[in-house]
Amino acid sequence: MSTTTPVRTPSEEDVQPQGSPESGRVSGGLFDPAQLLKSLPDAFRKLDPRVMVKAPVMFVVLIGSVVTTVLALKDPGSWFGWAITVWLWLTVLFANLAEAVAEGRGKAQADTLRKAKTDTVARRLNGDTEESVPGTELRVGDLVVCEAGDIIPGDGDVVEGVASVDESAITGESAPVIRESGGDRSAVTGGTKVLSDRIVIKITTKPGETFIDRMINLVEGAARQKTPNEIALNILLASLTIVFLLAVITLQPFAIYAGAEQSMIILAALLVCLIPTTIGALLSAIGIAGMDRLVQRNVLAMSGRAVEAAGDVSTLLLDKTGTITYGNRQAAEFVPVKGTMAAEVADAAQLSSLADETPEGRSIVVLAKEKYGLRERHEGELVGAEWIPFTAQTRMSGVDVDGRKVRKGATGSVIAWVEEQGGRVAEDARKLTDDISQAGGTPLLVALEDDKGARVLGVIHLKDVVKEGMRERFDELRAMGIKTVMITGDNPLTAKAIAEEAGVDDFLAEATPEDKMALIKREQAGGKLVAMTGDGTNDAPALAQADVGVAMNTGTSAAKEAGNMVDLDSNPTKLIEIVEIGKQLLITRGALTTFSIANDVAKYFAIIPAMFAVAYPGLDKLNIMSLTSPESAILSAVIFNALIIVALVPLALKGVRYRPMSADAMLRRNLLIYGLGGLISPFIGIKIIDMLISLIPGIG
Amino acid sequence: MSPVLSGVLQLLALIAALALSYRPLGDYMARVYSSEKHLRAEKLIYRTIGADPDAGMRWPAYLRGILAFSAVGVLFLYLLQRIQGILPDSLSLGFTAISPDQAFNTAASFVANTNWQSYSGEQAMGHAVQTLGLAVQNFVSAAVGMAVAVALVRGFARSRTGELGNFWADLVRGTVRILIPLSVIGAIVLVACGAIQNFSGIHEIGRLTGGTQQVNGGAVASQEVIKELGTNGGGYFNANSAHPFENPNAFSNLFEIFLILVIPFALTRTFGKLVGNVRQGYAILAAMGVIWLGFTALMMWTEYAHHGPALQAAGGAMEGKEQRFGVGASAIFATTTTLTSTGAVDSFHSSFTGLGGGLTLLSMMLGEIAPGGVGSGLYGMLVMAIIAVFIAGLMVGRTPEYLGKKIGTREIKLAACYILITPTLVLGFTALSMALSSPPESILNVKGNSVDGSGAHGFSEVLYAFTSGANNNGSAFAGLNANTPWYNTTIGLAMLLGRFLPMVFVLALAGSLAEQTPVPETAGTLRTEKPLFAGLLVGAILIITGLTYFPALALGPMAEGLS
Repeated sequence: MSTTTPVRTPSEEDVQPQGSPESGRVSGGLFDPAQLLKSLPDAFRKLDPRVMVKAPVMFVVLIGSVVTTVLALKDPGSWFGWAITVWLWLTVLFANLAEAVAEGRGKAQADTLRKAKTDTVARRLNGDTEESVPGTELRVGDLVVCEAGDIIPGDGDVVEGVASVDESAITGESAPVIRESGGDRSAVTGGTKVLSDRIVIKITTKPGETFIDRMINLVEGAARQKTPNEIALNILLASLTIVFLLAVITLQPFAIYAGAEQSMIILAALLVCLIPTTIGALLSAIGIAGMDRLVQRNVLAMSGRAVEAAGDVSTLLLDKTGTITYGNRQAAEFVPVKGTMAAEVADAAQLSSLADETPEGRSIVVLAKEKYGLRERHEGELVGAEWIPFTAQTRMSGVDVDGRKVRKGATGSVIAWVEEQGGRVAEDARKLTDDISQAGGTPLLVALEDDKGARVLGVIHLKDVVKEGMRERFDELRAMGIKTVMITGDNPLTAKAIAEEAGVDDFLAEATPEDKMALIKREQAGGKLVAMTGDGTNDAPALAQADVGVAMNTGTSAAKEAGNMVDLDSNPTKLIEIVEIGKQLLITRGALTTFSIANDVAKYFAIIPAMFAVAYPGLDKLNIMSLTSPESAILSAVIFNALIIVALVPLALKGVRYRPMSADAMLRRNLLIYGLGGLISPFIGIKIIDMLISLIPGIG
Repeated sequence: MSPVLSGVLQLLALIAALALSYRPLGDYMARVYSSEKHLRAEKLIYRTIGADPDAGMRWPAYLRGILAFSAVGVLFLYLLQRIQGILPDSLSLGFTAISPDQAFNTAASFVANTNWQSYSGEQAMGHAVQTLGLAVQNFVSAAVGMAVAVALVRGFARSRTGELGNFWADLVRGTVRILIPLSVIGAIVLVACGAIQNFSGIHEIGRLTGGTQQVNGGAVASQEVIKELGTNGGGYFNANSAHPFENPNAFSNLFEIFLILVIPFALTRTFGKLVGNVRQGYAILAAMGVIWLGFTALMMWTEYAHHGPALQAAGGAMEGKEQRFGVGASAIFATTTTLTSTGAVDSFHSSFTGLGGGLTLLSMMLGEIAPGGVGSGLYGMLVMAIIAVFIAGLMVGRTPEYLGKKIGTREIKLAACYILITPTLVLGFTALSMALSSPPESILNVKGNSVDGSGAHGFSEVLYAFTSGANNNGSAFAGLNANTPWYNTTIGLAMLLGRFLPMVFVLALAGSLAEQTPVPETAGTLRTEKPLFAGLLVGAILIITGLTYFPALALGPMAEGLS
């Protein structure tokens, strides 16, 4: 298995689990009211019936608007007909506006990307000679040369050389990354810039289908297809629309029998109020915004289907290194043998590690300082000291100073050294090292030779350090019903210890790509959806098999092809956030559907008495909002119906507030807010609008 | 004892009896439908009809079985009525052939488990048609409903298979092992109460007030029991369960209500057993129970609280109700019969208060699911559960799933088709009847000649007829002369389409569910066995039905009841 090796030094972002618990979790991007105005032209452009017909609910409203317009033209003196007509058109327009605003946010990003896609000139290798051709003429399999300052003309793999590359055009991250031939860091992306050295790239993608092209399509929503759940919801909304269409059409004969024939304008108003316009208007905006939330986190989902699947994931495969642990072993503890003080061990350990420049060595110095207050000494401070640096052969480091010889290193090497110096190895030293190994750590022995002879002082416990806050994160995931499986190349003992410390549910030790694949298939056979991250070529089959496969941008092009998402930051922890965004998308859809349907109750109480209280005075008892007049009642309901769309645009774009919790708690909370809220709020809203309307002279 | 107290005590006794029978009957039915063995009598039937009871059927085969069996039933019943004039027993008693449109209407009605009667039982149908034709359909049409419900439950319970069981086995077992034994017991109880059971002819007897009247004999008790047990509702006599030969006293009345409810409620236990989680069954039971009890309470309240000195003196709205039952028991019967697709009546819904009449209408409009007809109640409720899961399930952040099965595009398409059928039939046919010139002539309470002079009551008559037909209830709002070619034909169509089209979608849904791999339950799964979900289900049913029919109800019962 491969692990991610971030080239740049881990920044604050990488160290902290993304979106720490106290921040708003997967809150969306900011919503700028000015965007509404900017998107207005697009909203008008979307009035094209060929576009509208794709959203059946709003298409019905469009037809209703056309019908009322014709009727209003026939009877131009009726203010009521005009008022209804205007508000019906506004309803359609607001729906288009919601979609346009959602798309607008992606457009800005697409423009930035387009700038990176300026036509480049490629230096194609033709045998031994170079020729200059436009980037658009490159074919798969062509070899091109890039040197410092060149823009890479297309997606490909480095086949020769090593270079540092500025990928900020795609990732927004300005620190350069290393790309080299062979291994898992060979993929380069067209539009990025070579900063140093010379590389030869084998082109793997046709022009027009490159990563950057696909990115532009994705963020612009051009490649957006309706997801399965969105289609299913559309079907339900369409069938509700048919039911209400039926209820309104059949109402006319009933009304005629009752002696209260209704005008077409009133029937159109009733229909538009009843059909689920709120969710119908916002449905596609919710989907676009969901993808956009991922883009803002530098994750590119190749399909909306993958985002939806992320909400359903029940098993998360997480690579240990980089996701759960920092990825390098660090000193955690100094354990003295019998008859020695811990401080003594710390002092010797620090002294012997000053010449050790490995991360492990540095961590020993840091621990000695943090835990025992030992000031870091510099090599120059100790006069006459003879430094013994750490090498792979000796597997030891140390210093000879003032007649004292201090050594620290691998168990075998240090024992051999002590015995060589004629010293003795404390009996409990071996037990201590075994204990540390058992616990999944790595033991290093510290030994000293002075006038009392050579002896082992104690043991340094090195361990793989679990990132802070991971246990809480996994507890939350468990509460959400998601099982976490840690994948590691470590032996089972080490893996078990880290798994327990991090609080994951399960682990796969000494994992090979085949093991990973088998695990995914096993989980899927049980009906579970699996998400994973990967970057190596050998991860590709598993990435393709997983329901949500997130490829790291630093990974190979095979991995990026296989996955259905690419994380431009190459931060495996982000998988958790992706799941949360998927869930948030589904919750937003459900909440607004519930809200939309619950809204209808109040509209009936406004419109039915207005229509029939003349024929049946008893029905005026249903006018529980005591609205001013039949006209103002119907108009208020229509206005509320239109304004609620605009009012909910920010919610649709940001998504419903989401915190990890059990399904029961989440349902109760959302039902209360969007179910009960949806039932009550229109009673208040319609009443307020009616009060305002009645102030207009000549109406009240 | 005050009338209100008596009503409440009867309600409590009824609930106690239902609670006692719930587990044993539910568990027994689960065993019946999952048993491997065949009874000797059953083997004989399979040989006669040439069916292999062990062959697994995919949903199209299961559906073909139902449609073929029902088509033969309609045809046989139609012919039997058409040749009634030459049947030996009819000749002696003077029964004649039934007209083509009425024969079609009646055949459709009994095969569709509706039992809408545009004829008057004792005057039109002789012993042969009543016993060989109508009573037989009372059994088998009920068994068909149960078979479809069991097939849907199997769709949830099974995985990675398209097979839903064997229709012939389910049909025969439902009849032989459930309906017949329970009917024998029930008939004996009814006879003990005083219901009649004979094949005697027409007696002419003197009346207290002078003159004479004719009284039929007949195998009444045996037909009465399956009329209730199979949620059929077609009375031997025109007066239905208000007739003393069908329903002699207060106890038999309560017993008949019990018979109506016992199977539909217990089927939720069967459902829980078959899907391996009885608590899922309890949640469905809770949703059904809350609606049934809520509607019963509302009905008792509106009937007891009716204004006016005469009504107050009588202890409530006694018009159209039998003295021996009183307001309370009549209210329970009316709610029960309209919430279960039964349609038997022990009092006259047309004479209920305006809002009470509206409640009987709304009860049917809910789609006969609380607890609904035998079988059809359970599958109707499960389809509503799918809709509720789909809307609310999203709010827990997962794509919706119910009992481990994903509710995807295909499932929601089928469920949406299901919920579209009855509103289309009810509103469509009612609108046509109001818009055309001659059908409104059947209305008795026309404008200026009705209770309140408005015509709202007359509209309710037509609305009620199609609501009753399309939802396979069968009860009538007196006043409408439905024995015209227009109503016989349209209501006949509404009954057939309202019965069999939903079955098509239910079985397709069952097939689709049975093919799926179940999704394991996790802490992130919507818990459909919790009270919260049951409440949500009730809310979804009330809101969706309410929104569909609110305008029609406003112009009928609400216009009348609120004036």
